[in-house]
Amino acid sequence: MSSALEKTMEDTIMFDLAAAPLRELNEKLQTLPGGTNQTAWRIANPRGAHALAVGITTPVQVLIDGHAGYYAAGMNDGAAITINGNAATGVAENMMSGRVHVKGDASQSAGATAHGGLLIIDGNASARCGISMKGIDIVVKGNVGHMSAFMAQSGNLVVCGDAGDALGDSLYEARLFVKGSVKSLGADCEKKQMGAEDAAILSDLLQRAGVAAKPEEFTLYGSARTLYHFHVDNAGAY
Amino acid sequence: MNDTPFSQIPQTKPRFSATFDPHTIAEIQRAAATGIYDIRGGGTKRKLPHFDDLLFLGASMSRYPLEGYREKCGTDVVLGTRFAKKPIHLKTPVTIAGMSFGALSGNAKEALGRGATAVGTSTTTGDGGMTPEERGHSQTLVYQYLPSRYGMNLADLRKADAIEVVVGQGAKPGGGGMLLGQKISPRVAKMRNLPEGIDQRSACRHPDWTGPDDLEIKILELRELTNWEKPIYVKVGASRPYYDIALAVKAGADVVVLDGMQGGTAATQEVFIEQVGIPILAAIRPAVQALQDLGMHRQVQLIVSGGIRTGADVAKAIALGADAVAIGTAALVALGDNSPEFEEEYRKLGTTAGAYDDWHEGRDPAGITTQDPVLAARLDPVKAGRRLANYLSVLTLEAQTIARACGKSHLHNLEPEDLVALTLEASAMAQVPLAGTSWIPGKGG
Repeated sequence: MSSALEKTMEDTIMFDLAAAPLRELNEKLQTLPGGTNQTAWRIANPRGAHALAVGITTPVQVLIDGHAGYYAAGMNDGAAITINGNAATGVAENMMSGRVHVKGDASQSAGATAHGGLLIIDGNASARCGISMKGIDIVVKGNVGHMSAFMAQSGNLVVCGDAGDALGDSLYEARLFVKGSVKSLGADCEKKQMGAEDAAILSDLLQRAGVAAKPEEFTLYGSARTLYHFHVDNAGAY
Repeated sequence: MNDTPFSQIPQTKPRFSATFDPHTIAEIQRAAATGIYDIRGGGTKRKLPHFDDLLFLGASMSRYPLEGYREKCGTDVVLGTRFAKKPIHLKTPVTIAGMSFGALSGNAKEALGRGATAVGTSTTTGDGGMTPEERGHSQTLVYQYLPSRYGMNLADLRKADAIEVVVGQGAKPGGGGMLLGQKISPRVAKMRNLPEGIDQRSACRHPDWTGPDDLEIKILELRELTNWEKPIYVKVGASRPYYDIALAVKAGADVVVLDGMQGGTAATQEVFIEQVGIPILAAIRPAVQALQDLGMHRQVQLIVSGGIRTGADVAKAIALGADAVAIGTAALVALGDNSPEFEEEYRKLGTTAGAYDDWHEGRDPAGITTQDPVLAARLDPVKAGRRLANYLSVLTLEAQTIARACGKSHLHNLEPEDLVALTLEASAMAQVPLAGTSWIPGKGG
């Protein structure tokens, strides 16, 4: 182990979930004062526990050193949380702000309904990635499953691999950038011309997520806005 | 040959079909002209077996009544005693059901909070988030956790006194919601993170859980987010109450809310309102049975709603096993909805006071189901809140009157044995004897 890492480790608060319960962990993380000097945490032995590191409101760094269960980093509001493994359903659901980084794959509904912050998934994300997203930015370095960005309201979803069926079904104002193929588009989702503003947003997200790709390699999808007002003649589109 | 002049021959009077009655014919004609189903607010308008079909057996030789106005008859209820660190203690078991800011004006939401607070009960947010006015004027506020998650945020979650995970509602079990563009004002749009003026859809399924096993984990997350302080309710529309309530308990609910098909909605298809779900009268006993089978009756509290109008309805619901009730439509009427004061304007809208149900259109003359600032300003939240408080007090007093007559020192001491039914249907559904008999259909004897 290098000396730098040792120094870092010395400054990191270790929490072993094999020795203490989830409630104790979340309570500690949720009650940190704004000016805390306990800014770095490592959670050992997560072993797929649910609701890990949820509801944190201080800008601390949390490393979940292993696989996480459902709703890891749920409703995060300001923390930088890294999952050194896979994440189950609903990682970073309803995140308000901050950053969540999944080093492995993510299951269904990653970033669901989230209002802000950045979610990075190094692997693949399963179905409904970014469902009902409300302002979050999501970068998936692999593929996303079917119905991703369903009813997505705002924010940006970047898919560096392929997208499954019905991408962006019933989309509102979110931007969807896909580098690979799209199996099918959902109702009211269409290919868009990428403008300078779109490209700038994408470029920034790629840089922040550490993805070595250029905006021009991606295709932008957005809402055709034909379903914004119910009309009986559109019934067949649903 | 009949020489009687035609004008003097008795004629067959016009006779309407029971199957193709005037309303049905008008609906066929409307559908043919427009190509779209009817959308409206409110709840079912058809006649259903209901609490009116039950009667109480007042005390006599075999039971001793309590003295009205003298002997105590408790009305309080504690909700959320199973897991929550901070259960809710209400002075009356009549609560206000979830109705959104968006569907209702800000003044209406404030009035609901004022009225509920004045009598010591709770009010509930809706699909659209928590407004500062509502939080500020509601001593006890239940925050709904809905599929859309419009306006859902951590700070408001922690400001709530309880959290209600909405699986469904009685007016449309299995259905989502809709809020038409005319009600998506700039403020509503901002709260919901949507473009102004568009028709907004509310999903029918939650985005990040499916089924009771997932819900158990979702409830764990909600508890972890809020330090296990707040009671977690699970609300279902009445359709398969035995299994739905059992699964909600299995998932970890502190409180289950059961909404019958008489429950109102801001807007949905008429065919949904009238044809899906079951009456609350038919739903309570299976729900209570599920709680009893799990050893959870009175441990997990049961709130029932859908068509509660009087203190008698409150008392009957509690006698059948509920811990509390919720009112929605009746609360809006108490605020001023469908008031004869606005008859002239109702007529301009093609309806009449007492029948107005186009709550989705945002043109409510009473200023309740609207986002039009001019209309909304008509509702004085202080006066409307006072009317609601008066009405809630009457409901409580009426329920107490009945409970005392049955010899009960607390509303929760009412029991099915205090009830009889007037009809076979009500007897079978409520599982109380047909009046004057000891017979309950399906129970033998």
